[in-house]
Amino acid sequence: METDILKPKRKFSLVRALREDSAFQGIALISPTAIYMLILIILPMILVAVLSFMTRGTYGNVVYKFNFQNYVRLIDPIYLRILLYSLGVGLATMVFTILIGYPLAYFIARSPVRKRSLYLFLILLPFWTNFIIRIYAWIMILRTQGLLNTVLLNLGLIKVPLDILYTPAAVLIGMVYEFLPFMVLPLYTSLEKIENAQLEAAADLGARPLRAFLRVTLPLSVPGMIAGSILVFIPAMGMFVVPDLMGGAKTVLVGNVIRNQFLTSRDWPFGAAASMVLMILTLAFTLYYTRKAGFGEELLV
Amino acid sequence: MDEFAVEMRDVVKIFPTPEGGEVAAVNHVTLQIKHGEFFSMLGPSGCGKTTSLRMMAGFEWPTEGEIYIDGTAMGRTPPYLRTVNTVFQSYALFQHMSVFQNVAFGLEMEHVPKKEIEHRVRDALEMVKLSGMGRRKPKQLSGGQQQRIALARALVKRPAVLLLDEPLGALDLKLRKEMQLELKALQKEVGITFVYVTHDQEEALTMSDRIAVMSQGKVLQIGTPVEIYERPNCRFVADFIGETNFLKGRVKKTDEDLLTVELLDFPREIKGVGQGNLAVGQEVSISIRPEKVRLEDDINDDTAPYKDSDNLLRGRVLTTAYVGSDTRIIIDIGHNISLIVWEQNHISTLDPQAYYTAEDKVVIHLPFENTLVLPEG
Ligand SMILES: Nc1ncnc2c1ncn2[C@@H]1O[C@H](COP(=O)(O)OP(=O)(O)OP(=O)(O)O)[C@@H](O)[C@H]1O
Ligand SMILES: [Mg+2]
Repeated sequence: METDILKPKRKFSLVRALREDSAFQGIALISPTAIYMLILIILPMILVAVLSFMTRGTYGNVVYKFNFQNYVRLIDPIYLRILLYSLGVGLATMVFTILIGYPLAYFIARSPVRKRSLYLFLILLPFWTNFIIRIYAWIMILRTQGLLNTVLLNLGLIKVPLDILYTPAAVLIGMVYEFLPFMVLPLYTSLEKIENAQLEAAADLGARPLRAFLRVTLPLSVPGMIAGSILVFIPAMGMFVVPDLMGGAKTVLVGNVIRNQFLTSRDWPFGAAASMVLMILTLAFTLYYTRKAGFGEELLV
Repeated sequence: MDEFAVEMRDVVKIFPTPEGGEVAAVNHVTLQIKHGEFFSMLGPSGCGKTTSLRMMAGFEWPTEGEIYIDGTAMGRTPPYLRTVNTVFQSYALFQHMSVFQNVAFGLEMEHVPKKEIEHRVRDALEMVKLSGMGRRKPKQLSGGQQQRIALARALVKRPAVLLLDEPLGALDLKLRKEMQLELKALQKEVGITFVYVTHDQEEALTMSDRIAVMSQGKVLQIGTPVEIYERPNCRFVADFIGETNFLKGRVKKTDEDLLTVELLDFPREIKGVGQGNLAVGQEVSISIRPEKVRLEDDINDDTAPYKDSDNLLRGRVLTTAYVGSDTRIIIDIGHNISLIVWEQNHISTLDPQAYYTAEDKVVIHLPFENTLVLPEG
């Protein structure tokens, strides 16, 4: 207390603040990120929020007149159905990435250290090609005269080619493929952290392998599963390229609705309103999910 | 019940090394551990203690030989079917479970009724003096407390044998000493066979009924703490347990009660108690512990050598260190050899004359019965 009073008021010096003031150091360190986020994320989001309360002009221009009309229009069984359907696709994508990703992540985490980086590299390898090209590759595989049907026909396993492409199943295949790494990586991180001694302790105390897995490995990998679920679910909800290309015109997700408002119908205010609703819903879901199951630090990986 | 709780018969464990070679972590080890015994495995880092213990627990399988637990050959029996439990050096507590759940885990695996589990877990926590901590997570406990939980978790299963791999290694010295006594008392109380791995010789001497001293995958000697300290069977054991002085020599005569050894560094003959089969001409080490040497002032400053049979040497004090109970003295006996001697301060006095100081001339007496003649190794 006394020293505070006795201390002469010093003039603010940038150099000194950088050297001595830990709060200022913190601000200085994150400022590049903060500026980036401000310009590229926060500002556009404010724009979208403002836009969602405007009206579309006759020629697709924006009329700056405040109203709730766009949100009222969203309360429509059609949109509700699309929303529920998207939710379903998002959740299905999440579940399938867990079902496929868990054994994969487990395998990588349990393989010799030297091989792990190779496997992780292989997981990420497809990402070196363009997203659209990867989707087209899937189209080549799944279409009526595609790779899959040719192989199955020649093996005599089927008589008539399967119609997979342009069905919800095709969308799901594309989505799961696309988002699998986002599930595998956080799962791997939490599985890899489980010490072997923990499993040995379980075995030592009388747990057979399956029980040891259920009682030790599985609970300890929950944080990774949560992080992966969030990383998969949020972008899956907004995805429109996969349903567009692989689902044909039949499969419409929220992402497609929003895209169409901005690009085809040129109704920006309505698209903005739909975006806001989607964002708020996913945010609510995420908060609920993490609150309920504890937040995985794996999200940061 | 078989005669032995644990038996290793000619066990070999070979690991492939990352470089492509092989290492024999355990090399033809045979030992027997009796029921209710506190048995320690002692040796320097990398001598194969952990590997031996892990083979008893079932985490590793012997490359050759067989391990018997209570007379039953273990072969490739998995850990969850063995009647032994382990206290891990890292404790390996389940971080996602409470203390209670940790201790209950092993009983749940045995499908013990819920009521009984609660009862036994409470007893186990009481035994390690941690009742009331059941709700906590392991992270919320100190290192010493975590150690006790690991102990309780293993003991609650009432194993035939408890395996402990340096369980006190992570604790500070004071806590370690406390825990040593507690652990020993606990072992007496529950009567379970303890196999205790440590590289701390003092710890092994304090706690054990018997000790196996290991080096490079082999057991060099098995015996009570007194046997190991007073009658080591080779140079390595004498060196590893406690402090000692070595003089190199060659066996000259073996026909009497005492062996006669000719020193290599200077022409003297020393007599001592031989350990094992020593042949004339064999190179040996004479070992004498610092507290078992007797010193006298060299008053007559006689340069004539003592008779060989007297086991006497002349020397000059280099340095002394007063440590309370005794004074530690380093004596130069010429030929670039120095000996460490601990003189007990059995008289209470402030008189500086009562203590040896640097440059004092002394006569060093190596009593026959305290002088050991050991094979190298
Ligand atoms: N899984 C393994 N693979 C390869 N080599 C191993 C393995 N485990 C142990 N070794 C080797 O076997 C030898 C004995 O190891 P061990 O862990 O039994 O030693 P230790 O006596 O317990 O040593 P410390 O006191 O350091 O714990 C060492 O040379 C070690 O490098
Ligand atoms: Mg070890």
